[in-house]
Amino acid sequence: MADAAIAPTTTAAAPARRPQYGSMSKNRRWALRWSYFFLVIFAVFFLMPPFYMFITSLKSSAEISAATNPWWVNSPTLSNYIELLTQNQYLTFFRNSAIVSVFVVIITMAISVIAAFALARMKFWGSATLATGVFLTYLIPDTLLFIPLFKMFAWVNDTFGIQLMNHWWTLMILYPTLTVPFATWIMIGYFASIPKELDEAALIDGATWMQTLTKIFIPVALPGIIAATIFTFTVAWAQFLYPLAFTTSTSELVLPVGIVTTLIKGDVFNWGQIMTGALLGAAPPLIIYAFLMDYYIAGLTAGATKG
Amino acid sequence: MAQVTLRKVVKKYDEVLAVRGIDLDITDKEFIVLVGPSGCGKSTTLRMIAGLEEISGGDIAIGGDIVNDVPPKDRDIAMVFQNYALYPHMNVYENMSFGLKLKRTPRNEIERRVKQAAQILDITELLDRKPKQLSGGQRQRVAMGRAIVRDPKVFLFDEPLSNLDAKLRVQMRTEIKKVHQKVRTTTVYVTHDQVEAMTLADRVVVMNAGLIEQVGSPNDLYHSPATKFVAGFIGSPAMNFIPCQVEQAAGALRVRVNDTLAFPVPADRTARYTPHAGKPNVVLGLRPEHIAETRPHIEPNQHDFSQVIEVVEPMGMETLVYFTLAGIEVCGRVNPNAGATADKAMTLRADLSNMHLIDDSTGKVL
Amino acid sequence: MADVAARGAVRGSGALTSDGRSSLHKLMQRKSTIAFLMALPLITLIAVLVAYPAGYAVYLAMLNKGMNRFVGLGNFGFLFGRDTFWMVVYQSCLFAITAVIFKAIIGFVVAHFVHNIPSKGQRKWRGMLLVPWVIPPAMSTLAWLWLFDPSYSAFNWILEHIGMDRVAWLGETGWARFSVILVNVWIGSPFFMIMYLAALKSVPEQLYEAASIDGATWWQRIWYVTLPMMRNIIAITALFSLIVTFANFDIVRVLTKGDPLNTTHVFATWAFRVGIESGDIPLGAAVSLFMVPILAVAATFILRDITKRGSEV
Repeated sequence: MADAAIAPTTTAAAPARRPQYGSMSKNRRWALRWSYFFLVIFAVFFLMPPFYMFITSLKSSAEISAATNPWWVNSPTLSNYIELLTQNQYLTFFRNSAIVSVFVVIITMAISVIAAFALARMKFWGSATLATGVFLTYLIPDTLLFIPLFKMFAWVNDTFGIQLMNHWWTLMILYPTLTVPFATWIMIGYFASIPKELDEAALIDGATWMQTLTKIFIPVALPGIIAATIFTFTVAWAQFLYPLAFTTSTSELVLPVGIVTTLIKGDVFNWGQIMTGALLGAAPPLIIYAFLMDYYIAGLTAGATKG
Repeated sequence: MAQVTLRKVVKKYDEVLAVRGIDLDITDKEFIVLVGPSGCGKSTTLRMIAGLEEISGGDIAIGGDIVNDVPPKDRDIAMVFQNYALYPHMNVYENMSFGLKLKRTPRNEIERRVKQAAQILDITELLDRKPKQLSGGQRQRVAMGRAIVRDPKVFLFDEPLSNLDAKLRVQMRTEIKKVHQKVRTTTVYVTHDQVEAMTLADRVVVMNAGLIEQVGSPNDLYHSPATKFVAGFIGSPAMNFIPCQVEQAAGALRVRVNDTLAFPVPADRTARYTPHAGKPNVVLGLRPEHIAETRPHIEPNQHDFSQVIEVVEPMGMETLVYFTLAGIEVCGRVNPNAGATADKAMTLRADLSNMHLIDDSTGKVL
Repeated sequence: MADVAARGAVRGSGALTSDGRSSLHKLMQRKSTIAFLMALPLITLIAVLVAYPAGYAVYLAMLNKGMNRFVGLGNFGFLFGRDTFWMVVYQSCLFAITAVIFKAIIGFVVAHFVHNIPSKGQRKWRGMLLVPWVIPPAMSTLAWLWLFDPSYSAFNWILEHIGMDRVAWLGETGWARFSVILVNVWIGSPFFMIMYLAALKSVPEQLYEAASIDGATWWQRIWYVTLPMMRNIIAITALFSLIVTFANFDIVRVLTKGDPLNTTHVFATWAFRVGIESGDIPLGAAVSLFMVPILAVAATFILRDITKRGSEV
């Protein structure tokens, strides 16, 4: 009301002020335009390699070696895809990858969900230390472990006669060293965020600890479990160092190593096929990501911030 | 029969004593409220009865059986939590039937009991909703329904109303009382709100610093508190505590507050208070409602005095006045039409038949 | 119920505290025993496949090549005398530090732009910009390898078309180092972007409004409000990334294999070359152990931050 009262006296000033408001919103509009401009540039930068993979995968060897415009396909062909998908070798890699990843997910989730529940809720002697230990092991990279593990596996072969080397299923023993600590860590975070009264209510309702876990905690923490599952799958699917060190025969390779070691033969690079193989190899995580992006991102941020 | 008995119950967290030896007998069908400030051990006591906390000493018996090492599910109790603790992924029906299902109760029996409980609480239309879709009051009802369905020996309530807004709290308070009158199950109810305690309880247990201060009916606690703590905790606005001296003059007993003001002690209390004459650390306890405006007729044991009023707070049906006496801010309750004005002197009347005399060094009411 | 009643009756009303204690103890033991059993697979896994190998690596690093003689710190002494080793140390630090700095800057900038646009479009952009993080690094590095190809490089094709000289992306030391860092930045920036975006969203809008009323410019708002509020998450993300980048294997392995002349080797790839490919396991273990100090320092800081936050909650 005070504004109205003084309005007549300030009419002269009003037009002078208006452009200022105008420039405010103009500023904001420009900020928005610049944001979009830079986002487009960054999107080009971030999406260029996969796009280039796709372009190349549609080219025949002849077109590639003709050195025409690399960013364009003149005569697109699916021959690379057909060739790869009818080739036993590539399908073997794919199958190995799929089996290993699925089993690693099952093993990891079984171990980590149960352990995380015990660590987050049941508190026993040393459980706090163990939780910290889980986090620390999550920080230990595969690049530190592969040499001692390599030697340990050789020792197992010498002592028990069990050959762990050069078998795709060996990877199911190795990958959990990377996935279990992380999955346990984010599950501890998710379980800790469930109110304490919920398990007390279940306890009074007569549930055992196992029933509390399966009937209450797992359904309530389902988003966390999905996030951990996606993460585990992605890590298992993408692992490169362990299969490179531990498997050598073509029948035992998983996708990333298979493509790098078999499609690249000496100096003869069949780029059309390599790009097709890489693109198909990247497809499963990308598809999962496309459908479950929110869980994926939740898991990503939870890993580093939950504590 | 579901009486609950606590004998010398102690709870120790590391080296801190949360509950320091409690004896309590709760009779069958009784509604007991544990009340006290936060950290007094009331919730810990309830959780020990529930079996959610192990006891560090003493015995707890439910229905005559000692349950010290019986897990919660075998104690035949039900509990309503402050945040309701409804299972978020189950609908109301599933929430209420979860306990029965775990006990492998036949399906039609479960349905009968859930329907019945839903009827008592008037939540029949909500049975297929998820907790997320319910209001605070409805969640509260469901939490109670979950307890009723199990038909336990004892109901345990842990501050069940403190997450509700003021209006709903009063409404649900009445609701809880109604339910108790219908189902008649022994109930132990924890709250920090003395009004809730007074309105709900058959007997109130006032706790402080891990010990029971006093057990009694709401009226007992209000009219004859045993300790200064209970006197100050029960009643709002709180009782005034005015430092004083008991003096003997001409065969009568007087309570001297300052050089100019002394209240005569009622004749029926003279014998009780005489031994304390001349003692230091004595406090006069007088509730605000026993300090009112003066009136033409003097009743026995009433005494007029004049004071400058400092703050006036009109409440509608009454007006609170504040003034300083013996260096202490004292509150009185006067009629709104008595013309109380700030910074003006006013003649007030103290009703000494309701006075309390407290030994400040022991905290005991004399 | 019956057994409960019986037990109560046996003890009677005068039951004293002492025997209550011992059975109570049993109950506690039972619960913690169940908990321990539930955590046992995890404990076993960590002990056998993480903790033991980590310790074993130290022992391995003190053996001779044939692994039949204890040589103490001999392997380390040997490494210190080799130029290649110092080159690897230099390149590992250069690679990790430069990459983390650029990832942090790009992540911060992109997060800001995404935060700036209307929220209904944010999901789409965020989804697009995170793609490099989702593709398995070995696969996407193959795409980069092809982009950097000596004779068919798509980048060189563009450079030639705008009248510039071809670049030997992976053939010259300087460019090769640039390329491995570039690919790492490409893969890692989206992670920073996501973390910073989450942090940006958690800064209360009122703080910016208060700052605007106090007359803060756009830049001052970032400097005095955004950065202090995000300090924690910036630090923790950078430390995390430092660990991962320092231990990186895939990119260098696929892109350059350490060439030209070992100048792009980092600890992990060189350890693989020495330990697995050349068969000198102890020397490889010794090389990989040089990752430990920086890991330990970063882990300590992260852990301190996490426990600090834990106690705040």
